[in-house]
Amino acid sequence: MIQISNLGHKIGGTQILHDISTSFPKGKLTALIGPNGAGKSTLLRLVGRLEPLQQGAITVAGHDVARTPTADLARVMAILGQQTAVASRLRLCELVAFGRWPHHQGRPRPEDRTKVAQAIDAFALSKLKNRFLDEVSGGQAQRAHIAMAFAQDTEWLLLDEPLNNLDMAHARALMARLRDLVDRQGRSVGLVVHEINYAAAWADHVIAMKDGRIMAEGTPDDVLTEAVLSDLYDAPISVGRHKDRPLVLHHA
Amino acid sequence: MDRRATLMLAVLALLLAGLSALWMFQGLGAGNRGFILSLRATKLAALVTVAVAIGVATVLFQTVAANRVLTPSIMGFDALYVLMQTLMIVLLGNAGFAGLSAGPKFGIDVGVMTALAVVLFGTLLAKGARDIPRMILTGVILGVLFRSVSQFLGRVLDPNEFAVVQAVSFASFNRVDAALLPVAGVLTAVAVMAAIRLSPQLDVLALGRESAVSLGLRYRALVMGTLALVAMLVSVSTALVGPVAFFGLIVAGLAHGAMQNARHAGLIPAAGLIAAILLVGGQWLFERILGQAATLSVVVEFAGGLFFLYLLLKGRIR
Ligand SMILES: Nc1ncnc2c1ncn2[C@@H]1O[C@H](COP(=O)(O)OP(=O)(O)OP(=O)(O)O)[C@@H](O)[C@H]1O
Ligand SMILES: [Mg+2]
Repeated sequence: MIQISNLGHKIGGTQILHDISTSFPKGKLTALIGPNGAGKSTLLRLVGRLEPLQQGAITVAGHDVARTPTADLARVMAILGQQTAVASRLRLCELVAFGRWPHHQGRPRPEDRTKVAQAIDAFALSKLKNRFLDEVSGGQAQRAHIAMAFAQDTEWLLLDEPLNNLDMAHARALMARLRDLVDRQGRSVGLVVHEINYAAAWADHVIAMKDGRIMAEGTPDDVLTEAVLSDLYDAPISVGRHKDRPLVLHHA
Repeated sequence: MDRRATLMLAVLALLLAGLSALWMFQGLGAGNRGFILSLRATKLAALVTVAVAIGVATVLFQTVAANRVLTPSIMGFDALYVLMQTLMIVLLGNAGFAGLSAGPKFGIDVGVMTALAVVLFGTLLAKGARDIPRMILTGVILGVLFRSVSQFLGRVLDPNEFAVVQAVSFASFNRVDAALLPVAGVLTAVAVMAAIRLSPQLDVLALGRESAVSLGLRYRALVMGTLALVAMLVSVSTALVGPVAFFGLIVAGLAHGAMQNARHAGLIPAAGLIAAILLVGGQWLFERILGQAATLSVVVEFAGGLFFLYLLLKGRIR
């Protein structure tokens, strides 16, 4: 479980997060939703210790994020931020291979190579693996980054808008892959999504944020209702049903 | 390292060995062999030390800054060193300055320089250098600031002391302080070995702050450590030949181009070798063939300056 208690965060005098207490359940796929600027990325970055903690406490699978050595945390959780530009000139396969670094610190073993090959396979990158990162499309580069986090092979996987740049088929394939991680391998996943229907179709748990606060949390059926969503996005939103899950419609 | 990288390093090493032999034995007359050989050997050692220091420092700095346009000297590292020297002369007087024996004095220089650079540039870079234009601007401003303070102090000094300041503020590959060479050589070797040992970590650092932290790298500590190495290497090169602004840029560009691989285990030796080849080859050409008609440092700076403009114009600011 990821336990967040009384989390506050300020950037340059502005309060970005207000006293947030919540949790990401273990063994579930949790979707973080909310309008632009709600604080989703900030929350995820604090959990992933990409930003130093200012106020409150976060534990990931029992490890206090503020106190656990960062190298140990890297074997417990992988986090992929929203911005993923890489300055150095790398081949796709080299990037994915870095995902194993927390486990071997620069001396890859055979099992590390296997895991990398699996990750490359899982994200349909075999044909592209020898290309340089600046020679592939945005979506392909995004998939390589996700594959790197995937290769890290951690109990927790945190992804900030992983569906960015992905076409419908690859977005679906990614969600199916994450579902599989949760259902068959007992992993836990947290991700930020903007396209609500991906949360509706694939998530077990939804956390809705607005203005640095949590507005609602619970199962997709509880959170993805007309009342909550209209309030969350300040826009009329209707919710139908499809295959016994909510289907969110914004046109009408 | 892959086969291609190993092969490339071997070719570079051979080239350097060939040039060094040429440097040592070309046009060696019958008389006074021992004396000339030892003169040449000292100079060769100095050139190689300086070259390796500048090349490796630049590669390291570019990794920390996540950018291929910046070099330690563009960011004002060597101006800081010159300022420190000037301050020492001001504080101790020329006699005191000259009176300090070379080894300990240089040790103090390097220590102070390293501490200053880590504090100054560490705060600038520890959060992950994303805002490149701001970085360049800060560096240029720092450089100008350090230089003008040095010059101001120089003006207050009497002419003799001023001459000493002048000597440390301009690059010359002809004037090498031989007394410093042993210490400088050892320091360079230590720093380069440390850098090579750190190279797997540096590879991760090069992914950028977010990925590096996510992979469990102690980002801040590594940035600071690497900056300390850079400061050591810049101190060495500046102490031996004075500030050299753009040479490192050419070297780092060539090293990345030659290796086609971002692994530091290959990049660091490649940068050292390429830098040494350029300096030894260049100095040989200018000293023995062109008969000092032009100065290597000027040509190197000119070419490097053009390369810098080329990078800027091509929009390769990343
Ligand atoms: N470096 C910064 N300086 C000032 N304000 C910032 C900074 N980074 C984020 N913010 C502010 O913090 C708030 C939360 O940002 P955050 O990136 O967490 O939002 P988000 O929910 O991820 O939005 P999006 O859906 O657009 O990614 C926003 O109002 C944003 O303007
Ligand atoms: Mg965001």
